[in-house]
Amino acid sequence: MADSPNAAAPALDAPGRPAEPSHAEDAMIEARGLAKTFKNKRGSVEAVRGLDVTVRRGEIVGFLGPNGAGKTTSLRMLTTLLDPTGGTAVVAGADLRREPAEVRRRIGYVAQAGGTDGACTVAEELITQAQLYRLGAAEARTRCATLLAQLDLDGLEQRLVKTLSGGQKRRLDIALGLVHAPRLVFLDEPTTGLDPQSRANLWTHVRKLRDELGTTVFLTTHYLDEADALCDRILIIDSGRIVAEGTPEELKHRISGDLVTVELQAERDTRSALDALRELDGVRDAALHAKALRLTVDSGAQRLMGIMRALDAANVPIASIQLAHPTLDDVFLTLTGRSLRDDSSGTAAPPDPTLQAGSDQRRAETDTTGSAR
Amino acid sequence: MNAVSVLRDTELIFRRQLRLALRNPAWLIIGITQPILYLALFGPLVKHFVSAPGAPADVAWRIFVPGLLVQLGLFGSLFVGFAIIAEWRAGVIERMRVTPVSRFALLFGRVLRDVIALLVQSTVLILTGLVMGLRAPLGGVLFALAFIAVLAISMSSLSYAVGLALKSEDALAPLLNSVAVPVLLLSGILLPISRQSAPTWLYDLSRINPFRYIVDAMREVFLGVYANSTVLWGVLVSLGLAFVCVMVGVRRFQIESG
Ligand SMILES: Nc1ncnc2c1ncn2[C@@H]1O[C@H](COP(=O)(O)OP(=O)(O)OP(=O)(O)O)[C@@H](O)[C@H]1O
Ligand SMILES: [Mg+2]
Repeated sequence: MADSPNAAAPALDAPGRPAEPSHAEDAMIEARGLAKTFKNKRGSVEAVRGLDVTVRRGEIVGFLGPNGAGKTTSLRMLTTLLDPTGGTAVVAGADLRREPAEVRRRIGYVAQAGGTDGACTVAEELITQAQLYRLGAAEARTRCATLLAQLDLDGLEQRLVKTLSGGQKRRLDIALGLVHAPRLVFLDEPTTGLDPQSRANLWTHVRKLRDELGTTVFLTTHYLDEADALCDRILIIDSGRIVAEGTPEELKHRISGDLVTVELQAERDTRSALDALRELDGVRDAALHAKALRLTVDSGAQRLMGIMRALDAANVPIASIQLAHPTLDDVFLTLTGRSLRDDSSGTAAPPDPTLQAGSDQRRAETDTTGSAR
Repeated sequence: MNAVSVLRDTELIFRRQLRLALRNPAWLIIGITQPILYLALFGPLVKHFVSAPGAPADVAWRIFVPGLLVQLGLFGSLFVGFAIIAEWRAGVIERMRVTPVSRFALLFGRVLRDVIALLVQSTVLILTGLVMGLRAPLGGVLFALAFIAVLAISMSSLSYAVGLALKSEDALAPLLNSVAVPVLLLSGILLPISRQSAPTWLYDLSRINPFRYIVDAMREVFLGVYANSTVLWGVLVSLGLAFVCVMVGVRRFQIESG
């Protein structure tokens, strides 16, 4: 992809670029209090409850959250597909409510479920899409060829879309969203259904879009490794609200600390173990899971000795001790009381509520399971 | 959004839809044999029912064929909403709605394809009629085709709007049937409804059915009468209906959500 999109991009980006005041120049998305409540006969769903998001030019921002968190709904609002029931947003320099047509001209969007017609050929879809963005026929063909190469779809031009494999089709969806080299692109779970190699390729492609064209990317994902590896910044959304935001590193550090798991030899010692550890310097959090204590600790490696000494002093024999650096899954677990991996809240063992930092952000129904107290 | 880009967008959507339609041979075959079947299976009965004693035989055809044309237009165009549900489900509508393409073009490009399809079918029907004994002035036939085109614009716009609103074939099918059948019966398509032939209540009911005016006007033009109040009413009702239906359809493409 190194050179060809560069040739196309400036021509595309130049005409519509507004003369904005310099403070706004930097923000690609500026949403304030964006909200959506779906109403139907059976009641209403508050899918998104007051979203405040700022995304700067050239950022790759990930929207991370479980099923039903409101990711797709947020994206559909920001891309003019859904009317918000509350709030305002400026997207790519145009006001979402007042100038939706201008927003559409400037953004690309890849829907979670794609949007291709099985009876069309790959080339037809790409060229039509380019023309929908008002590219000329020759330019449309050039873009089509470029994108086919970039997304490893060479040789499939004349194939009917319905004959593509799931992963090929997903890559076509993505190509369609990028066909006009938008300065801001929304990707709703772009890598769902891709094999590991295609995922890695797509990550590389997304990074290149940013590095070489300065494209701003706003994507949603369920995959922690994806958010971790790809995103400059992550917004964690749960039940329609952003519950945390920061760089992957910040989030891991700020919310979880390191995780120390101490397995005791006898269950009867848990009480005294907890009492001994809770007072300890650097221990932010302690929770019980049967015979195991889960401690959230600042700079875990340096605290291990202290933890062992404290338990020794309290006459609690230890079976094993483990140190783990936090993953985004731990972050999610800490924030919402549920694991992101398995979306059913019951199977994940949530931390002890009474000892938990930020417990107000947790959903009430998950607070009861798994805790020893 | 200027007129040039609206036209360009409409052409773009129209060509895409036409290409997709032509790719499906079943659609072509059904589309062309249907009008022939209508005439071949129905036509022979008509003479006995419609023609007044002593009237020339081809008058029956001139009453019957315009009715069939409207019926073809009504049923052919009213059911295009099913296709839009499939497109919506595949995500195509939303993918297009997020581009700068004109909302009018999203509707009208599709509608134009349906108009062309119906005009082809109507031409087949008229040619078959000629073979079977229909005699009508060329001007009248062209006038009637214009009526059919406007009717197709109305019905397919409406059908797309309703299809996109309901998003369910299971809901669309009974709704369309429950509307189309009474409309058909009350329009005098099969048998003309006149003051003499119908009880007052039936006659009055038929007067509030827009199709009634269109069928009556088409029968006039088939007889070579172009400038009377029946034809004028037909033209006004056709255009009015088309205007309303297109507005409803464009609105649906603008606000479609969920
Ligand atoms: N058109 C709609 N009508 C009613 N409710 C809706 C509609 N669309 C979404 N919802 C509801 O809004 C909530 C948020 O849905 P949304 O699709 O935004 O979640 P998501 O975060 O994208 O989830 P996933 O990871 O499963 O894609 C869900 O409870 C969903 O059922
Ligand atoms: Mg989603």
